[in-house]
Amino acid sequence: MSKGILVDIPKCIGCESCSVACKLWNELPWDSQEKNKTAEDRAKEPNKGLWPDEWTSINRYDVKKNGSSVGRYVKTQCFHCEDPACVSACFSKALKKLPEGPVVYDQKLCVGCRYCMMACPFDILRYEWKKAIPGVSKCQMCPSRVTNNQETACTSVCPTGAITFGDRDQLLAEAKKRIKDNGYVNRVFGEKEAGGTSWLYISDVPFEDLRFRTDVTTKSLPSYTEGYMKLTPFIGGTWAAVLAGLYIYNNKNKEPLE
Amino acid sequence: MDIITTFEKEAGKKHHSLRWRFRLTPMRLVFMAIAVAAIAVILVRFIFGLGAATNLNDQWPWGLWIAFDVLLGVALAGGGYGTCLIIYVLRRDKFYSIARSTMLTSLLGYIVVVLGLLIEVGQWFNFWRPYVSWGHTSVLFEVFWCVSCYTVIQILEFCEVATEKVFRGLHKYLKKAMPVLLIVGITLPTLHQSSLGELFYIMVGKENPLWWSVFLPPFFLLSSFFVGAGMIIVESSLAGKAFNHKVEIPVLRGLVRISGGAMILYLILKIVDMAVKGTFANAFAFDLPSILFLSELLFGVIIPIIIAFSSLSGTRKGLLWFGVLDVAGVILNRFDVVFTGMGKYLNQYGGHYFPAWTEFIVSLGLVSIACLAYLFIVENFNIIEHRGTEAVEGTTTENGDYAVTAK
Repeated sequence: MSKGILVDIPKCIGCESCSVACKLWNELPWDSQEKNKTAEDRAKEPNKGLWPDEWTSINRYDVKKNGSSVGRYVKTQCFHCEDPACVSACFSKALKKLPEGPVVYDQKLCVGCRYCMMACPFDILRYEWKKAIPGVSKCQMCPSRVTNNQETACTSVCPTGAITFGDRDQLLAEAKKRIKDNGYVNRVFGEKEAGGTSWLYISDVPFEDLRFRTDVTTKSLPSYTEGYMKLTPFIGGTWAAVLAGLYIYNNKNKEPLE
Repeated sequence: MDIITTFEKEAGKKHHSLRWRFRLTPMRLVFMAIAVAAIAVILVRFIFGLGAATNLNDQWPWGLWIAFDVLLGVALAGGGYGTCLIIYVLRRDKFYSIARSTMLTSLLGYIVVVLGLLIEVGQWFNFWRPYVSWGHTSVLFEVFWCVSCYTVIQILEFCEVATEKVFRGLHKYLKKAMPVLLIVGITLPTLHQSSLGELFYIMVGKENPLWWSVFLPPFFLLSSFFVGAGMIIVESSLAGKAFNHKVEIPVLRGLVRISGGAMILYLILKIVDMAVKGTFANAFAFDLPSILFLSELLFGVIIPIIIAFSSLSGTRKGLLWFGVLDVAGVILNRFDVVFTGMGKYLNQYGGHYFPAWTEFIVSLGLVSIACLAYLFIVENFNIIEHRGTEAVEGTTTENGDYAVTAK
């Protein structure tokens, strides 16, 4: 059963326990510059506060709700698409989707072309530009925990229930129930976006105001290039045969060149 | 200044000597200086990483090296497979005189692309991974296999020329292999030229709809084909200066007409594409993307079509204009796909990219190395004075200031 995580945006108080848990579990180094940034600072950055060593970020957006100004915290990380663009774009299989849900990266297989970064519909992948031998980095959704029936590090420490780990199907039903009960925006972000994602978001304010890519396609991204890749060997074979035929025909009663 | 080295095989036997020459002109010294500077930057890139040598960042993971060295390099080298098709498969023999020089340009273009890629990717020592770890869903997988195999094929095709001078014993085997090499050598580029366009198809909603299209593969393929004639004209007029050698007007005019035909097809497809997507309004919005998009079509396609099918293509001046506009149009197109088309999306939250001077140096350096290699090969192998061209008195016999003779 594919796992997922439900993010109930209004429930988040911005304590950032999840970010700390992520750092500790994944043994990511602390950066003094990043440590001093606030959730407001990160919300304004082009990269949404995600860096090679910051796999998740809590970003605060000030939005209008019923005429008054409210602050909302959005946990940001890889969405772990059901049918990921990055996995299909990787020409050396350095990225793969586990049946349990996580989209994981293996630097051993990576060539470093960064096509995954270009293909990602949510612009989540980061590159270690400062290293002589760099790799791609992003949230791995704690694969060693998830495949051993444990929940992700971040969800295990959330004190308010803003992030819940579980079976994706059940979480989707739960999300729809909460939308109805709490009068949220009628959209589970991640249900259909980019063909569906393991991370699901619900919110009481419009997703547009929270820097979500609301106009993203609902088709799975690999489906765009699938047909082309399947046809290529046949087109190539046919074309070579046509060329060979033409070559023989046109050279028939002629002196060879030279 | 002339450097001539003579190697004599087996002293005592009759004069069976190999002569290598390389003239040193001010222009070639400039090329060498740029190449040396580029090599220095490349060392910095390998020791300190991409961050030290480029302005690439997480919003702009692809920059000048992808746009220029790879996309443009492959496109501009497209003349190679195009002329092979016209000459060897369709047997339009009147173009035979330009076959070797075009195929050489193409080979050197691909070597630049491969070198550029090795510098560009993060873990260059892993370049072989896709040969064993098949990411066959990726369009890049197709590009990778085809570009690398085609480069090897082109090297073998060149060996057929080279063995006229060195390792002569192998010549007859290579000659026998040529038909296969030629056919595979046309099939592969047809596939990867299209795939380079298809690479951007997965960037749904990121790439500007003016360029994002289901027709990206035919657009890239057709433009790589019609830029062939442009490159031949530009190259032959530059090489013509260097070697005092001109390709006959009817040969070039014939190529320009073929190229013009492909342009008409391209233009029709562009219009159909706009009609299907409903992007006429975007195309005539006269913002920056729209102006660049229209310039691509007007200067890079429509005006060259007019030149091709009017009396203008009967003059050297007209042909040169065709060549320059054709090449410039394709350059603009590839840059638009990578930069203009992605700009609005990637910069929406304050992203920014402009190539660092070091990136320019590396790109120019790779081109300089290719130019030097071209000049060396043309001077030492039978390339441009190959059958059917009007050789206007070779300068190769001009007395040099300096000569080395090794025995």
